[in-house]
Amino acid sequence: MLNLLLSRLATAIPSIVGVVIVTFILTRMLPGDPAAYFAGLAASPQAIAEIRTKLGLDKPLPEQFVAYIGDLLHGNLGNSLSTGQPVVTEIATRLPASAELTLFALILAVAIAIPLGVLAAVKQGTWIDHTCRIVTTAGVSLPVFFTGLLFAYVFYYLLQWAPAPTGRLDVFLSAPTHITGFYLIDSALTGNLEAFWGALSQLALPAISMAIFSLAPLARMTRGSMLAVLGSDFIRTARASGLSPRTVVFTYAFRNAVLPVITTLGMVFSFLLGANVLIETVFAWPGIGLYAVNALITSDYAPVQGFVLTMAVLYVVLNLTIDFLYGLVDPRVRLDS
Amino acid sequence: MTAVPALSVPALSVEDLSVEFRTRSGVVKVLEHVCFSVDKGETVALVGESGSGKSVTAFAVMGILDAAGKVTSGRAMFGGADLLALSEHDLAEQRGRELSMIFQNPRTALNPIRRVGRQIADVLVRHGGATRNDAPRAAIEMLKKVRIPDPERRAEAYPFELSGGMCQRIMIAIALACRPALLIADEPTTGLDVTTQAVIMDLIGELAGEAGMATIFITHDLALAAEYCDRIVVMHAGHIVEAAPGRDLFAYARHPYSAKLLAATPGETVSLEQMASIPGGLPDLRRADLPACRYSGRCERRLDQCAQPLPQRTVGERHVIACWNPL
Amino acid sequence: MLPLLRHARYVLSENPVTGIAFGLFALFLFAAILGPVLAPYNPMQSNAAMALKPPSVAHWFGTDQLGRDIFSRVLVATRLDLTIAFASVILAFFLGALSGVAAGYFGGWTDRIVGRLADTIMAFPLFVLAMGIVAALGNEVINIVIATAIINFPLYARVARAEANVRRDAGFVEAARLSGNGETRVLLGHVLPNIMPIMMVQMSLTMGYAILNAAGLSFIGLGVRPPAAEWGIMVAEGANFIQSGEWWIALFPGATLMLAVFCFNLLGDGLRDIIDPRMRT
Repeated sequence: MLNLLLSRLATAIPSIVGVVIVTFILTRMLPGDPAAYFAGLAASPQAIAEIRTKLGLDKPLPEQFVAYIGDLLHGNLGNSLSTGQPVVTEIATRLPASAELTLFALILAVAIAIPLGVLAAVKQGTWIDHTCRIVTTAGVSLPVFFTGLLFAYVFYYLLQWAPAPTGRLDVFLSAPTHITGFYLIDSALTGNLEAFWGALSQLALPAISMAIFSLAPLARMTRGSMLAVLGSDFIRTARASGLSPRTVVFTYAFRNAVLPVITTLGMVFSFLLGANVLIETVFAWPGIGLYAVNALITSDYAPVQGFVLTMAVLYVVLNLTIDFLYGLVDPRVRLDS
Repeated sequence: MTAVPALSVPALSVEDLSVEFRTRSGVVKVLEHVCFSVDKGETVALVGESGSGKSVTAFAVMGILDAAGKVTSGRAMFGGADLLALSEHDLAEQRGRELSMIFQNPRTALNPIRRVGRQIADVLVRHGGATRNDAPRAAIEMLKKVRIPDPERRAEAYPFELSGGMCQRIMIAIALACRPALLIADEPTTGLDVTTQAVIMDLIGELAGEAGMATIFITHDLALAAEYCDRIVVMHAGHIVEAAPGRDLFAYARHPYSAKLLAATPGETVSLEQMASIPGGLPDLRRADLPACRYSGRCERRLDQCAQPLPQRTVGERHVIACWNPL
Repeated sequence: MLPLLRHARYVLSENPVTGIAFGLFALFLFAAILGPVLAPYNPMQSNAAMALKPPSVAHWFGTDQLGRDIFSRVLVATRLDLTIAFASVILAFFLGALSGVAAGYFGGWTDRIVGRLADTIMAFPLFVLAMGIVAALGNEVINIVIATAIINFPLYARVARAEANVRRDAGFVEAARLSGNGETRVLLGHVLPNIMPIMMVQMSLTMGYAILNAAGLSFIGLGVRPPAAEWGIMVAEGANFIQSGEWWIALFPGATLMLAVFCFNLLGDGLRDIIDPRMRT
């Protein structure tokens, strides 16, 4: 188990190094003179030169890179121009909102896609199979920001089933006591039913929009891998042993078929984290995606760089978790390491 | 099933079995009018080239044909019931308990991510051979029975940790866990090395003999069939062409195809130099105008008569052939 | 070529949806080329008196907050959207196919560098990386093209690498080498053309994603700037009016965008079935 964890960690190191190098390059490619930027519009040439020295921009690139690494190790991502706050703290306070939305969407997507894929494979060629095919092709074709808007229009404006698409909680409700930062969990833990219901109803539309977008690769993979497994020799053995259809499909076929699906989760997260930015914009969701988009509009680049780095590191960690999970499920990997 | 096995009491009797496969390029008549029986305690070999319908016969009897395959006629009488007429539910009750099957390539025939002990226990629990609590114990007993050394530890292993021969022993343990009345072994030694082959065949023979089980042994290897089986049924392109006790077949094969097949088998009497290959290949079973005798296209003894429906001729003690012009 | 055509006809008869996708594709191409000529109104002409009018006979898709005709804007936007997507896919193809083929053919260091580069890009959530690139390079349309090409690069490089690797020792490559061709010549003249069909499938499969990605970037205000007519930015403009019930501003450009992506995805699947049935899932 520890070996597995260590071997997976080792594979993540090159990714982290790559991510840091790329974000460094992106930072140095900032449009215009960063010093002029940080100095502000009315700054004199001397002030700009001073800031350049202070920021270390007059030093050669490798030295700047070392300084950049040092900053990262100290958790220093710079300050936001518009708020003056350190980017790190702003991202940290907004991260739970994004995480709650993304994870909820993932759970929804998995809960729909996997049964759909399994059913499509078991009932191959029937209407369920065709539905699965249409849903998967249509799902990846939907611009997630457009589905979000459409849902907001239908369920908020027309039907009034959903609350206004503005933020995590109705303005008249107060946020639950901060424990994890996830409103659903915090309100459930404190027994604050009103806040729980309010948070859930705000979460529903953005999460469903994201889930629809990301369930296609999951369903497609589940169907394909389930079909492959159902045709394999050991399923024939299981059937020849008279095991019940339930045992054959779930205990024998599904557990094997789920392995490639776990691998697909990496791609699904890439989809979800991207869609997250767009959906937060549509639903005024106070997460790091909206933070980055607002910073982009005001040409405030430090938050954008911090956002890209945070997302990339999160993604590497998620992939690491997926890899580790895979190893736990598949004995062939677990016992190999 | 506790009665003392007596000769000539059929455990399984297959009558007039025909199977078709619907494929994109047409209907394939994979089996036609297949008749044979296996007595209690008897071992019968189904022999033929690949594509002759040996495995399909077994799959049809077990009710595990692919979705494309369809039984179009026939009965398979087993324990007083017609297996082909049973519902999937009733048949599943029988499979693994009364009739079992062993497959080729044991390493892929076992669930790769389930401990082998669990896989044996699954079958025991399913058919009431053990309760969930004592199933692990019973599984280890089965492992002992198929002579797996260190069964307690091996029960915790995954198939990829075991050799091919070990995996085939596990397969045997799964198949025999509930003491079935009939065992079908489909090329159980294919993919194993030669020394392991003999060990596995001896093990199957011994365990089957102990339990008075009827055994169908599917192989393309006549020599192996002769060594381990009481009777041999020769199949060609979905037809049974000859059925005879092994000794009789080797002494005097009457069907031209069986004779060719014998001549193509290396053994004590035939050296490798003398080995003849059988001219031609299997006919295209999608053809609408398949000849009555599917061997006639390759046969040197073909007569005009051969276009008529095949006869069933009894030419000796339990020796039947389907041929107009036998040797 | 003839068997391929016959196979194409077979695939089309098996899957008529692909035929429909081809028809849609032709329609989009038509709109991209002739859009500005066909548009009933000037897509940039604002008209305060006609602002926020719902769909009517005069304005099929209604008008936006500045009174511009949405139908004309959607029609004219086809060219920009498809150009961005095509350009980025072609750029990704050149970057990916060349480096991938070289990696697969030469192996060794070339392979390691290209592989590491692809892995590093794949270590980012792709849309987020595209955001970062456009933010760093500057808010221009060309940078959307570059960013979309970069995030698609690993896919092309990997497919090209695998295919070139398989063909490295194939008979025809050996023959080309023995007849005195230099390695570069063998690579560009023999290996690359041979993997073109598979790369074509890859291009059509990524077209839909490229359109989505570009529209997503312009939706959050990157690259394309108002008042340009582009589907993503039109949806963004319409987003402000959804809550007050003016649905048509966002709906028509959004639905058109969706249709275009759907069309390219179906086309990609269909093309894959025709060219490489093995890859079918």
